[in-house]
Amino acid sequence: MDTLILIRYGEIALKGQNRGTFEDLLVRRLEEALRPVGHARVVRAWGRMYVQGVAPEEVMPAISRVFGVVSYSPVLRSENDLDQITASAVAVARRHQSAGRFKVDARRALKSFPYTSLELNRLVGSAVQDACPGLQVDLERPDFTIYVEVRPEGSFVYSQIMPGPGGLPVGASGHALLLISGGIDSPVAGWLAMKRGIRLAGVHFHSYPYTSPKAQDKVVDLFRVLARWGGPLDLYMGYFTHIQEAIEDVVPERLHITVMRRMMLRLAEAIARQSRALALVTGESIGQVASQTLESMQVIGQATGMNILRPVVAMDKAEITVLARQIGTFDISSRPYEDCCTLFVPRHPATKPRLRDAEEAEARMPVDDLLKEAIARTEKLVIAPD
Amino acid sequence: MPYGSGTFIYLDNAATTRAAPEVADTVARVLTSEYGNPSSPHDLGVQAARLVAAARRQVARLIGASENEIVFTSGGTEANNLAIRGAVYRHSRRDVHVVVQKTEHASVLNTCQALEQEGVAVTYLDVDSRGFITPDQVLAALQPQTVLVSIMAVNNETGVIQPVPAIARALAGLPRRPLFHVDAVQAYGKIPLSPGSWGVDLMSISGHKIHGPKGIGALYVRNGMPLAAILHGGDQERGLRPGTENTPGIAGFGVAADLAAQAFPDAAVKMRALLEQLYDRLHSGWPDVRRHTPAGDDAAPHILNVSFPPVPGEVLVHHLAQDGVYVSTTSACHAPSGQPSHVLAAMGISGPELAGAIRISLSRFTTPEEVDAAAEIILKSVDRLAKRYGHRQAKK
Repeated sequence: MDTLILIRYGEIALKGQNRGTFEDLLVRRLEEALRPVGHARVVRAWGRMYVQGVAPEEVMPAISRVFGVVSYSPVLRSENDLDQITASAVAVARRHQSAGRFKVDARRALKSFPYTSLELNRLVGSAVQDACPGLQVDLERPDFTIYVEVRPEGSFVYSQIMPGPGGLPVGASGHALLLISGGIDSPVAGWLAMKRGIRLAGVHFHSYPYTSPKAQDKVVDLFRVLARWGGPLDLYMGYFTHIQEAIEDVVPERLHITVMRRMMLRLAEAIARQSRALALVTGESIGQVASQTLESMQVIGQATGMNILRPVVAMDKAEITVLARQIGTFDISSRPYEDCCTLFVPRHPATKPRLRDAEEAEARMPVDDLLKEAIARTEKLVIAPD
Repeated sequence: MPYGSGTFIYLDNAATTRAAPEVADTVARVLTSEYGNPSSPHDLGVQAARLVAAARRQVARLIGASENEIVFTSGGTEANNLAIRGAVYRHSRRDVHVVVQKTEHASVLNTCQALEQEGVAVTYLDVDSRGFITPDQVLAALQPQTVLVSIMAVNNETGVIQPVPAIARALAGLPRRPLFHVDAVQAYGKIPLSPGSWGVDLMSISGHKIHGPKGIGALYVRNGMPLAAILHGGDQERGLRPGTENTPGIAGFGVAADLAAQAFPDAAVKMRALLEQLYDRLHSGWPDVRRHTPAGDDAAPHILNVSFPPVPGEVLVHHLAQDGVYVSTTSACHAPSGQPSHVLAAMGISGPELAGAIRISLSRFTTPEEVDAAAEIILKSVDRLAKRYGHRQAKK
């Protein structure tokens, strides 16, 4: 009898011809996540995986952060032998309260095994009752369920099914660049993109010395948290100071935010093309601020030919906040340091800017030179999980 | 090259100072050669005990105290905590009252707020528009159960000197006198301090503000004054501050105090002259400069608090740092959750003047050349930034 972790993955098993590739990817992501723990080994078997060689409590936090995992269970494995299976079931039962109700849910996938599923339910149930005098079988309202699976590779007994994060393993969907501000929304947007299998990189725009260097530290700390779900991650510190100054100098105040966001997209696109990203990801959510009206998003989005993903576009602030707390980015996002988005906020930004006005204003700036300089002065960091 | 000069100009000496070379040498020597524990009976221990005793005399001398009145702590914050809690914890917390004023350092204000949670009553005195309180205000706030008055000597943001001797005199005439604590962290080595002859019972001082090491400070405890310990352990520092002595820090603090004593009062005169020279330059180059530090003897010789509205202080600080001039601000620039300076706010300063405040602080090693160069760099940045921020205001 030995202990291992059973990993279930739903979605990627459905993906037809790509199934093998996805499974390979999930194995690789699991191995990466488990590397800090040491001797864990990932074994594939017919639509599921097992993690062997480590104590479950050591690796479960890491597994809970691997996208593609639908659920996982610490299980006892034995030979396909009734005595060994009942011994496992008694051991699992003893981890629960000493008095209460339980049921057995057995599945015989190996049809050559001499007992049917129903027979197993009865046999294992009465063996557990005999061994643990406080426990009673109750099929209607059990306090816990003992699952028994008899399969070609062995018999598995467990009672816990922990939810995984779901989604697709990171890398399954290509590479995208997140525009990250330091606020609450963009890290959540990045996390949701990663959840769909995207390998993420980030770009933060700073206007030092108008903004504090601590605003950059904040973004690095946010990326350290995101890197737990599939790092290390590349983070570009985009130099925005001179662009910001140029906007302040020549663009009418009501269009500052519009033009600023358009310039950010252009700089992000340049970085994305260099790093072969296939899309940009933003934390925009409809109606939150002036730049996030449909009219604004339309005008801003036309600054780039790249696909823009907006994973939180239809979420409420409250919903985004709940996710930010779960992911662990909320407290970092709540630190006060300002970035370019909040430092130069005009009093009356346009909520319905017109593309023609934005283009006219931009014609007064040396856009190409500014971008060229900004790209040259942009630094790349590699952020490992904390 | 004069000490302290280099590729940048450091004018943030109220935050911390560069250790004097003699201090750094002493700390290194004690760490590597004379590293005994003063409690050990052998000669290395005796040597360490002698070092601590010598430093105690040096630190005491700068405030005219005797060596048995000095309790070494981990710094000014711990000294303030020990003074306030030590005075309050001698009494039952339910019927105890403390008087402080609103521009005290966070280590005083937050200690008082924590004591309020424990049931202690605290009065926070208002300051006037220049940042001062009066002895009469203190007297008016006293209650029968007042056990402690705590007033700082020099404000860390504005340099304002509170009338400590006058408050001590006013308290001395009372039949049931509360204890009087003075946070002198910014005053030590900068203005004359004489707690014994003034009638001050407790006084906090710190090493790293006078070119000593960080992590070392002291509380002056007037002879025979009972105080409750807030840490418990061995009998070091007469049981008021148990724990193996920080001998490198203490020895370095002693050397720093000795050097400050030698330099005083000439260094103070020189700093004041440089500070006024700096202000004159700034004022002639930018007449709209707002001065939050009073001129003359009402303020310490080393701190100048000014703003250049509408330039945000934090933006100016970052620009100056980029040009190699280090000054500081305590107010985060119009950040929704940032805390503007509680000191300037208590003086009634608000809006762009509050958001624009920067603190320039000199040391006795600051040179006239550094002051001139800094003034030029500050004016250049202010000119550039004021256009940017002023420009936006004009355009609407």
